[in-house]
Amino acid sequence: MDAVRVRDVTKYYKKHADSHKFLTIKSALVNKTLFGDLQAGERFEALRGVSFDLAAGRTLGIIGENGSGKSTLLKILAGISRPTSGEVVTQGRISALIELGAGFHPEISGRENIFINGVILGLNRRQIQEKYEEIVRFAELEDFIDNPVKSYSSGMFMRLGFSIAINVNPDILLIDEVLAVGDASFVPKCLDKINEFRRNGKTIIFVSHDLGTVERICDEVIWVRKGLVEMRGYPKRVVDAYLEYVGRKDEAQTLARHGEEASAAQGREERWGSREVEITGLRMFDGQGREKYIYHPDEPLAIEFDIAAAVPQDDFVFGVGVFNGEGVQVYGTNTLLEEYAARSLSGNGTVSLRLPGLGLVNGTYFLDVAVHKRDGYPFDYHHFQYTFRVASSLRDVGIARLRHEWEFSGGIDFGKNENP
Amino acid sequence: MIEKLKEIVRHRELIATLVSRELKARYRGTVLGFLWSLVNPLLLMIVYTVVFGFIIGGARAPGFEGNKWMYALFLFNGILPWTWFSSSLLESANVLSVQGALIKKIKFPVEVLPIMVVTTNMVHFLLGLPILVAFFLIFGKPLTVWALFLPVSVLAQYILTLGLCFFVSALTVHFKDIKDILANLITLWFFATPIIYTYDSVPRALQIVLNFNPMTHIIESYHYSFFIGSLPHYKRFSVTIVVGLLFFFLGYLLFDRLRDTYVEEV
Repeated sequence: MDAVRVRDVTKYYKKHADSHKFLTIKSALVNKTLFGDLQAGERFEALRGVSFDLAAGRTLGIIGENGSGKSTLLKILAGISRPTSGEVVTQGRISALIELGAGFHPEISGRENIFINGVILGLNRRQIQEKYEEIVRFAELEDFIDNPVKSYSSGMFMRLGFSIAINVNPDILLIDEVLAVGDASFVPKCLDKINEFRRNGKTIIFVSHDLGTVERICDEVIWVRKGLVEMRGYPKRVVDAYLEYVGRKDEAQTLARHGEEASAAQGREERWGSREVEITGLRMFDGQGREKYIYHPDEPLAIEFDIAAAVPQDDFVFGVGVFNGEGVQVYGTNTLLEEYAARSLSGNGTVSLRLPGLGLVNGTYFLDVAVHKRDGYPFDYHHFQYTFRVASSLRDVGIARLRHEWEFSGGIDFGKNENP
Repeated sequence: MIEKLKEIVRHRELIATLVSRELKARYRGTVLGFLWSLVNPLLLMIVYTVVFGFIIGGARAPGFEGNKWMYALFLFNGILPWTWFSSSLLESANVLSVQGALIKKIKFPVEVLPIMVVTTNMVHFLLGLPILVAFFLIFGKPLTVWALFLPVSVLAQYILTLGLCFFVSALTVHFKDIKDILANLITLWFFATPIIYTYDSVPRALQIVLNFNPMTHIIESYHYSFFIGSLPHYKRFSVTIVVGLLFFFLGYLLFDRLRDTYVEEV
């Protein structure tokens, strides 16, 4: 059974012309545009025909850039705003964690605010009374519950808001980015609670920029781009595709910036050598032989470059260096160091360096590629001319990503891995 | 429409909770507590008594026989319900933007907000009533059985005020200058209502003008049931109730019609 069914939902927002910002009743009456002014003017399409179904008990992640329409979608699902056209059908009680503590009044106590917020979220006083202890305990506010809410820290405020919203006991839980503001110790508790909801067969829709969490807790993910569902599927697949897209966009921007810098710093040598042997092109491929420039940390990578020798040579070395964004050399090698004895080079050829697993952390990397003589005399040296990017939801740090595995024994218990 | 009214009734617990939140929040941290809801009408009464009773001589009008205390009593009789009316209108001009988080961030029945404003101010009004009664006793003016007409006046005023508040709160979302116009309009409206003068002291021609003001008959009904001590002019009052209902339905229709725009415009 589908808990949520979204059919061809579109949402237009009024685009405010400058004149509209200063809209007054006086001008409306004077210009006789009273009813015209209440109609939408130019429109901004926040959603352009979104359709999907979500079976009850599933957890769906929604990712996308800022302004892609994901929050609009969530607001429509929550019933806060109505779609311009299309249809949303939901089964069961919905609780939306879009803003925590909406309706809290700063002047009155946490205790009274629990009742007010509970009623606003659709509970009656008796139901709130039953859950009151649990709400206070979960929010860890036993000692402060009778103080006015204005004396609370933002963390306490958020804890109380989350605790009430989650205790509404919905069938469908909508979560929008609210965990981003929580303090470090409370967020895992919230995630535990969300996992408890999943175990109890509740339907969850989770909007977040925290791709790691999305990957960890969701059964499937939708990537919303410019008001359309760009992709839907297994979390890892969608997150990776999204990262690749974001990376490519970044790269285009970075390259544009690089171009400006290069022209600004004219004369800085990026390529040098006698060109008796020339590197005429470079490509990068993944394990399946697809050309690409955004990689997962442990993905295979092949660097392939074309060689053209104007004059036959018998003394030649091919070298590749990998540098990270800070200019630190991550790795460097060449055929001489690895004891390939050069015999002859003439005409055209292709050199390929295969890395079975990249072993790099997230970031942008630059390549040095060179062909030179054993003594270092350069035929063609390309410095920082090529770039690729490693992007993933992994968050480990360093220069390289060392192969590793955790193992625990004795009295150490980490609980079950939540990764499906 | 009936369905929608039922919907409103279904939200009564929410309305009650929000009203008590407003009341608690207003009196929290003040020494005088709820007495504050009396200070405004009391001050207004004192100022008008001094200006119109002592300086200009409003107490000479027929019905007071020059008794300035009777005039003060008459003033308070009208100012108390007027304060409910005017505060409700002014607050409803702000309520959707002040409570914007409720509209934008959770699924919330927006019509509850103007209802909350009118109801909260009604509670202030009701808290002021014992003071009014006390003044009548102190100044030796007996209350009559017609004071029991009060609930009808309150109901009529509630419906009319809420109808106007629906208009105001819906339109201020789109036209920000309504707030400024409103403040002036209310001052004008105050003087166009028999509060500082009696209806009977006005020339016949002006009375006809006053008759078009529904608040005239609402305030008059309070005068009748307390100060004058007789049945209000039931024909005018009945028409006023019909007018009030009309405002209520039209106001609600407009409010409901613009409902989807609040999320984006507030």
